[in-house]
Amino acid sequence: MSNLPGLYNDFVAIFLMMAGFYVVISQGNLVKKLVGLSLFQTSVFIFFISMGKVAGGHAPILTEGVTVYSNPLPHVLILTAIVVGVATTALGLALVVRIHEAYGSVEEEEIQARDDAGEGAREAGGAARRGTDS
Amino acid sequence: MLIALAAIRLRDLFAVVMLFGVYSFMTASLFMDLDAVDVAFTEAAVGAGVTTMLMLSTLRLTSRWEKPSKHSPLVPLIVVGITGAALVYGTLDAPLLGDPDAPVHQHVAPRYIEQGPVEVGVPNMVTAVLASYRGYDTFGETVVIFTAGLAVLLLLGIQEGPQTKAGRTAIGDQIVLRVVVKALIPLILLYGLYVQFHGDYGAGGGFQAGVIFATGFILYDLVFGEGNARLVVPPRWLCRLSALGVLIYGGVGVVSLLGGRAFLDYSVLSGDPVHGQHLGVLLIEVGVGITVFSVILAIFYALSGRKRTS
Repeated sequence: MSNLPGLYNDFVAIFLMMAGFYVVISQGNLVKKLVGLSLFQTSVFIFFISMGKVAGGHAPILTEGVTVYSNPLPHVLILTAIVVGVATTALGLALVVRIHEAYGSVEEEEIQARDDAGEGAREAGGAARRGTDS
Repeated sequence: MLIALAAIRLRDLFAVVMLFGVYSFMTASLFMDLDAVDVAFTEAAVGAGVTTMLMLSTLRLTSRWEKPSKHSPLVPLIVVGITGAALVYGTLDAPLLGDPDAPVHQHVAPRYIEQGPVEVGVPNMVTAVLASYRGYDTFGETVVIFTAGLAVLLLLGIQEGPQTKAGRTAIGDQIVLRVVVKALIPLILLYGLYVQFHGDYGAGGGFQAGVIFATGFILYDLVFGEGNARLVVPPRWLCRLSALGVLIYGGVGVVSLLGGRAFLDYSVLSGDPVHGQHLGVLLIEVGVGITVFSVILAIFYALSGRKRTS
């Protein structure tokens, strides 16, 4: 078990990822699902950044007298991923707003119930029409 | 981690969003500790600032309280537990934190670190990799951001002009806020410009600068009345600006094609290849900054200008 402190970063990332995953699959509220999704996303960021860390390293900006730098590649990937993440989250939020306007609710179950009721009514209406035709 | 747990348990979505902002800020400090200054910068501006803002705007349009779920939490918990256990098992022989011999540090990273400042002429290696070595990726990301902004506008649309009567604000008339914000906004905008044009020497760059710049305008809109920022930066400009940013980026690529080199090879921009690289990096950072700024502000307009239904 001597390697456990060294893997601590991975465990933190896994814990956060599972927390986000749990929110996404268990909660019915769409806004909260998006929060969970962002949580999941952040855990991946933490995982990548902790991979790029070199013991005794410095921030990857050229400085006099520094020879050990942390790996700049994960930083680049995550930097852009964060900004893309906010853009996609905003897209999700816009969808939530439209769903709320159409259904009057952001709870998954109520939306499902509304959909089922809508289809049931349509079938019932169709049957009634067929009844009057014949 | 505790904050994340609390965020899961609460039903008051307002508190959830605020806690998520705090969590983002903690993550940013963690990134700082792991030597990722640029990333910490972005996370602080985006996660703690803009995401919280956008989620609050959505809550205003929907409802604040979450209804209790009827499902039992047992099945998701089991699924999550099994996945987590599998992942933990997978990490047991992963390289340790801070190990300089890890496979990540063997492939292209040494070249970026040793040659980056020499070949690109930019001391900040993150900027060098972002804008020059991985220019294609960054171009793709910029286009993704542009597309996301486009999709939000298609879904929600922006109402022209102020939405409410002049003088009515989201936060209310508070003299302290007004005075403080009036002093802060020029500093925020100035800082945004500094981050934009100093990104090749210190931490920063187009992505962060765009977000910080947008934050300044969002703050103005929040404190000095809903819709007032639209008078300063009309939504119609924003749509064009976001396209202009992508155009600048792509245009630099086309110029280097015309110069007889590969797409986004900036060496042709000047007689001296290193100087050309530096110029190219600056140009595409401007493109990225413009796109990010206008997309974020447009999304904010779209969400905040929408009237509440029901």
